[in-house]
Amino acid sequence: MHRRTLLTGAGALAVAPAVVPAARAQGAKTKIVFWHAMGGANGDQINRITQQFNASQNTVELQSIFKGSYPDTMNAGIAAWRAGQAPHIVQVFDVGTGSMLAAGPAVKQAWQLVKDTGVKIDFGAYIPSVKAYYSLADGRLPSMPFNSSTPVMWYNKDAFEAAGLDPEKPPATWQEVVSMARTLKDKWASKSQDRMAVTTSWFTWIQLENFSAEHNLPFASEDDGYKGLGAVLEINNAGQVKQMQRLLDMAKEGTFKYGGRDALPDPLFFTDKAAISFGSSAGRGDIVRNAKFKFGVAELPYDPTIIKAPNNTIVGGASLWTMTAPHRTEAEYKAVAEFYRFLGTPEQDALWAENTGYVPVTFAGFKFAEKGGYYTKNPGADMASKSLVRGHLTVNSKGLRLGRLPEIRNIIYEEIEKALQGQQNAKQAMDNAVKRGNVVLRGFQRSVQG
Amino acid sequence: MERRTIFSGWLLPVLLVLPQLALTIVFFLWPAGQAMWSSTTLTDPFGLRSRFVGLANFRHLFADPLYVATIWRTVEFCAAVSTLAIAAGMVLAIAADREIRFRGLYRVLLIWPYAIAPAIAAILWILLLHPQIGLIGRWLNSIGIPWDYQLNGPEAMLVVVLASSWKQVSYNFIFFLAGLQSIPKAVMEAARMDGAKGFFRFRTVTLPLLMPTVFFLLVVNLVYAAFDTFGTIWAMTSGGPGKSTETLVIKVYRDGIVNQDIGSSSAQSVVLMGGIILLTILQFRFLGRRSGGQ
Repeated sequence: MHRRTLLTGAGALAVAPAVVPAARAQGAKTKIVFWHAMGGANGDQINRITQQFNASQNTVELQSIFKGSYPDTMNAGIAAWRAGQAPHIVQVFDVGTGSMLAAGPAVKQAWQLVKDTGVKIDFGAYIPSVKAYYSLADGRLPSMPFNSSTPVMWYNKDAFEAAGLDPEKPPATWQEVVSMARTLKDKWASKSQDRMAVTTSWFTWIQLENFSAEHNLPFASEDDGYKGLGAVLEINNAGQVKQMQRLLDMAKEGTFKYGGRDALPDPLFFTDKAAISFGSSAGRGDIVRNAKFKFGVAELPYDPTIIKAPNNTIVGGASLWTMTAPHRTEAEYKAVAEFYRFLGTPEQDALWAENTGYVPVTFAGFKFAEKGGYYTKNPGADMASKSLVRGHLTVNSKGLRLGRLPEIRNIIYEEIEKALQGQQNAKQAMDNAVKRGNVVLRGFQRSVQG
Repeated sequence: MERRTIFSGWLLPVLLVLPQLALTIVFFLWPAGQAMWSSTTLTDPFGLRSRFVGLANFRHLFADPLYVATIWRTVEFCAAVSTLAIAAGMVLAIAADREIRFRGLYRVLLIWPYAIAPAIAAILWILLLHPQIGLIGRWLNSIGIPWDYQLNGPEAMLVVVLASSWKQVSYNFIFFLAGLQSIPKAVMEAARMDGAKGFFRFRTVTLPLLMPTVFFLLVVNLVYAAFDTFGTIWAMTSGGPGKSTETLVIKVYRDGIVNQDIGSSSAQSVVLMGGIILLTILQFRFLGRRSGGQ
């Protein structure tokens, strides 16, 4: 026994030198680096993808690094590029698209990457409303769509039952939302001081950007900014003002409660405090994990006095940008393109969607998930995908292509918050938002045209 | 009679000063210089196109009534936080300086909040004051006082002032305690013998002797309130509702990091730097004179 150990030990020693060249050969793999902003469970999925991609072939080694929040990740990418140390791939959130498009030589746009490397990526496989959000005016894709979600309406079926409403019939129009909210308030919300009939997460994204898309209303001129940098905001028009006034009126009569900016109000729904809440489809995971009641999900309601049949909602989330650096080789770009191709395979696309709550970004990915029985096992999980292909994809429902959009959203939040405090009405709030937002747009235009 | 060590030659002194000089240049002068340069340019985030615009960024800033309002808001915020934190620190220090049981324990407990990260402090206060999930917030609403700092500007200001000053009380407490202990026992005993009691003794004997500490803390607290409260405010309100809790640092972060408006954000940093320089000059002038006189 003892001797055997010794022998294996000696054997290992003898083999050792032979191992070294092998390791060196492995080191010759093309290394690419991917900076992302996915923490928690979604971050684990990125690690799974990285492992599977590295195991799927033996010429490329992908390294994925978590860089913090979306703005942090984007800033890290920009700073790294300025220092000549940019990662190969950086995940940039939807609203950062405008700035990335002005990045010129700092990025290699996806269509260019495919052309240069010859790697076959079928852009036609991507769901049009997802693709449209990130596309250039002529339809070419500058970045690869990745994690995408869209707003949906979550509702508490137990609350509906308690209020004597049909839990299988969520409101389809805003008129129904208003009347059902009154019933929910009287018969359910009034039972406890913490409860509210309606609330919303992502106020600007859902109640203004998506509301405009659904109702075919322009958010800004120049086709929501896709056609040029000279766009001005148009959210002070009758349609949007009507929606804002409706929410203000609901807040006044106590049927709508503002729960804060962005995703802050999310917990109000899954802790059983709000009967109806608007939120991102990507919030599904939290709701499934936390909700101690029966819940349902539906497409965003619409206002039939503005449009007969509503259009698709728009995506939120992030896409992948290829960055340049001095001395970056053709082989590295090719490796990046190979990774994009891998991400777009139906199996990977479906796996990502099933494990995160984002939607599949390709038709084939959706079909793959459907065939695997994911949507029958998780009723309502397909609602977001359905909402993305509803109605017609118009110039007003592609998305927004505005520089410094985070600041514009912030301005809208501020003006709405002032209106909710009773300091101004919906029209004044939207007028102020347009006035202040246009200053931001002109500032961006000057900085990139300078 | 001052004693000085005079080095012969220049090589050794230069060598001795060099590390500190290098640190100052790399971590202060260089970034500050960069900020001053970019405050005079209009540039995109990637630095691809940079154009010299002179003082245009500053003109835009001061022509914006919202920015001027933010300056005043910051002044009010700093004043409120400093006053509250200094007053609370002084009261606690006087209380803990007396001969009471478990004095050591109290002192340790009072110093704790200083070790808490700003974001954690914010979460603690959210858990207390949030209208839906906060202990106090819920209680206020249940007894009929409408409380929702997410939608009420003055309430939001109150919340960030409370959270920010709470974090600074410990720091002030330590300094006041040290200040109180350095007051000569003989002075206090003499005051007692002369019949000075309670508040009168505090006002006429203790407070004047504590004044250097108060003044030092005032400057430190103002700087703390202007800069180090970023984490707390950002986590609690992100400057909202409206702009009611937006201080200058919040705006610098939002314009520079979130919105990538490098020129304007740099200009704001330069304005802030001016403020800090002013405070430091004040500190040197007044504090220097006071301690010199002791």
